Amino acid sequence: MLRILGLWSFCAGLWLVLSGYFDIPLLLVFGALSCALAVFIAWRVEKADPEVQPLHLRVGPQIILYWPWLLWQIVLANLDVARRILDPQLPVSPTLITLKPTQRSEIAQVIYANSITLTPGTITTSLSDGVLEVHALTREAAGSLLEGGMDRRVAALERSNA
Amino acid sequence: MTWLVDGLSGLALLCGAFFVIVGGAGLLRMPDFYTRMHAAGVTDTLGAGLILLGLMLQAGWTLITAKLLLILIFLWLTSPTASHALVRAALSDPQNPPPLLQEDIQSVPSPSSTHLSEGERIEQAK
Repeated sequence: MLRILGLWSFCAGLWLVLSGYFDIPLLLVFGALSCALAVFIAWRVEKADPEVQPLHLRVGPQIILYWPWLLWQIVLANLDVARRILDPQLPVSPTLITLKPTQRSEIAQVIYANSITLTPGTITTSLSDGVLEVHALTREAAGSLLEGGMDRRVAALERSNA
Repeated sequence: MTWLVDGLSGLALLCGAFFVIVGGAGLLRMPDFYTRMHAAGVTDTLGAGLILLGLMLQAGWTLITAKLLLILIFLWLTSPTASHALVRAALSDPQNPPPLLQEDIQSVPSPSSTHLSEGERIEQAK
């Protein structure tokens, strides 16, 4: 019940922001009704498809710290890739590596894999049975992943959740 | 105050445009599909991010800023998924050439000869 209410409030908030109507009662009622319909359909779908798992990721203080750090890493990686693109020598050294993420839950592994892909210069090519395969633009980028700084930070996120 | 916000916004827009152009140049310069994906990453992280930031500064504390922020969040959630799907599709098709690795790069002296070998590959395919 709490989840249904939460989903409805989320939809309603999104509807308010996207529509921008705050003072026309008729439209507000329509918005509330369409959110209710969306939540009803989501509830039905969840019953039909047992594979669907609700996202159990509590936003702890750790993730608030993780996002700015990730943003900073993205900026640094962008500058590095941009510098290499503009270099007439095109100093790239594409590398394929495999990583063993230390996170236990699937959601944390997905966060890790997505963080890798979001950072320019490294793309996760596969994630299966707890083994990540990463294509890196340069040896240095691959090396910094192997050092595992990002891995540790995502694993710390998981601990704060449990 | 307005000149400060305008200046920052202009700077963000300019830098964003710069990174989009660099991403495009990288797309042309990189030797193979996989390295090109990395260049495209510059466009949709920092390029798009800075342009949206510049637009947010222009809009101020309005609903438009909230919408721009939503665009940014959705873009940063979906673009890694899309890149991942693209790379997986490219790797799983046996007809595609495997990713160039560092060893191959060293045997290829300059980007122009890479293009030549790509042409030869197409000739062989025919």
